[in-house]
Amino acid sequence: MKTTRSMVLVSGDPDSLAKGASEVFQAFELECARLGLQDEIKVSWLSDAGRHDALPMAIIYPEAIIYGPLTAKDVKTIAEEHLYKGRIVENLVASSHELSGRIAWLVARKGTLPAEKRIVLERAGIINPEDIHDYILHDGYSALGKALTSMQPADVINEIDTSGLKGRGGAGFPTGQKWRFVSKTTSQKKYVICNADESEPGTFKDRLVLEGDPHCIIEAMTIAGYAVGADEGYIYIRGEYALAQERLHKAIDQARELGLLGQNIFSTGFNFDIHVHSGAGAYICGEETALIESIEGKRGEPRSRPPYPTTNGLWNKPTLVNNVETLANVPAIINRGSTWYRSIGTPKSPGTKVYTIMGNVNVTGLIEVPMGITLREVISIYARGMKNGHTFKLAQTGGSSGSIIPASLQDTPMDFESFGKAGVALGSGALLVCDEDTCVVDLCKVLVNFFKNESCGKCNPCRIGNDRAFQILTKISEGVGTMQDLADLEHIEKYLYQMSNCGLGQTAGTPIRDTLAHFRAEVEAHIKLKVCPTGVCPMSGRKTK
Amino acid sequence: MVVEASISERVHQAVENALARFGAHDDELIPILTHVNHEIGYLPGQALEEIAHALKKPKSKVFTVASFYGMLSTIPVGKHVIRFCESAPCHVVGGRQVIVAIQQALKINIGQTTPDGQWTLLAVSCLGICAVGPAFIVDDDVYGNVTPEQVPAILKKYQG
Repeated sequence: MKTTRSMVLVSGDPDSLAKGASEVFQAFELECARLGLQDEIKVSWLSDAGRHDALPMAIIYPEAIIYGPLTAKDVKTIAEEHLYKGRIVENLVASSHELSGRIAWLVARKGTLPAEKRIVLERAGIINPEDIHDYILHDGYSALGKALTSMQPADVINEIDTSGLKGRGGAGFPTGQKWRFVSKTTSQKKYVICNADESEPGTFKDRLVLEGDPHCIIEAMTIAGYAVGADEGYIYIRGEYALAQERLHKAIDQARELGLLGQNIFSTGFNFDIHVHSGAGAYICGEETALIESIEGKRGEPRSRPPYPTTNGLWNKPTLVNNVETLANVPAIINRGSTWYRSIGTPKSPGTKVYTIMGNVNVTGLIEVPMGITLREVISIYARGMKNGHTFKLAQTGGSSGSIIPASLQDTPMDFESFGKAGVALGSGALLVCDEDTCVVDLCKVLVNFFKNESCGKCNPCRIGNDRAFQILTKISEGVGTMQDLADLEHIEKYLYQMSNCGLGQTAGTPIRDTLAHFRAEVEAHIKLKVCPTGVCPMSGRKTK
Repeated sequence: MVVEASISERVHQAVENALARFGAHDDELIPILTHVNHEIGYLPGQALEEIAHALKKPKSKVFTVASFYGMLSTIPVGKHVIRFCESAPCHVVGGRQVIVAIQQALKINIGQTTPDGQWTLLAVSCLGICAVGPAFIVDDDVYGNVTPEQVPAILKKYQG
């Protein structure tokens, strides 16, 4: 079998392309061909280079050397010196001191940051995602082989159950328990669905897994299918993720070709196949019953629960729905065992969590760390502090439906239990860090606007409540809000939580509740004093009066 | 010399292609609509009627799906469509100023199309590229880390 000695990843983000990344990519291919290295060295695109101070750049593995900013002319030297002779071209190496960019995961990979631990993203960015052989060389499909040939379905479920893995989509439901529910149903036909409709603002961890390691999801779904007794799987992926879709299609074709999907996998008589279903732009389709409706070709409106999808899901058959990040943990657990998995993270929330860091910090990007790290650690170690020496004001976790974390909770361990006790949600792992220039009314308005637009409109509390809340917040931001408006806002928040049909409406009031709990004085300043303390809100209504 | 097919013929062809590619099944309705939307730019009434006929569904059932999803449009759009992310991660790092710059450059508001039919400006929820915000998409091209100053140059690429 042909093995790749070295990999060259060229940054292919929009910035890089504007600065000539295509020419650099071409030059690498030409140079490799000229030096006769085309069989040993793989040139591939990297969708998000992780930093933007030295674009276009190239990362060469296994050494993890970052070159940049590059022009096509530099490539000849790198190819001759580094790729051919194995000598690093020091004067072209990107400066490691300029941290104005987005280097979080690159630095982490080189082992210079404490606590980074990769399970979900172990292979992403290291293997060629378009080559199944590369995945197999990195232990790929060995967990599937182990499960199918040496474990009973019940053993697989027990292993996942004792590992303590919890759903990473936001709710944190024990994965093993969900698998058991589906396996206990007696239906002849069952489905496994991978929820890749990652639409929570600020969350892009699943995209990185799907783009960087698509086979991992295919393997995990097949293992899940074996465990619960399903023979068909769907990956429901949001329409905006074009590259991830393309790679999934390619990966599925390759797996079918090698007999790792389809009939009689590993000659065990087990059959499983996977379809990719693209969404068409609807946040609500991340809700599992809305997702199922959408696969069936309908409006993505959530069903009433119970019955749950575990008994009445796709086409009314028992259906297992798991998030991408949850599934990405499965092969590692099967390969290395639940005891190993439990040794990572906290006793009640084992394993790692992928966080996406954004906002007013020096370094934005993506990290995978054991459960239980604190927000202060994330900001100071991985994000390299607040931008321009500003002060931390709040962080918004878990996308729009997540919580607003004030400075007082910066030292609370980020795991399901500690956050639950503090009354905040971990959500999908998005960390939007905001400095003192952020206005809470403005932020709250943006978050509520999101729910107003993304409410499916099926139930009244959500459809009307979010619209009304947005109107009130707009009024307050224009300096014409009253204290009665504030009281109304609190009522709406309560009704949203109590009366909405699904998770979208139930969590839509969270930004309002958290804003008023932690920053009430600032909101009241907009109403009583008619000033926006940060100067962000237009307060235009007041001027025209 | 190539004679451009009439719009009704183009719509018909797009529907036929989509049906041939995905098959006339209920669970393929969204892929079919997406395909036609991509080919024509939006979903004209004729397309919805033909799809409804092929899938043996009432037209209302097709329309209700077509009008639900953000990436599908039941009204005509401009030659180029800007989808601007208005979610919080892009907003707090300068998205507010970028959308103002786009509106000023095109002299239209969110949801409108320029009188010459060149541009449609849409505000959308998260695009999933939050680490490079503020971000927007023009047709199929992604722009990240955008500053208000860069907006005129980006728009210029699509003119003429």
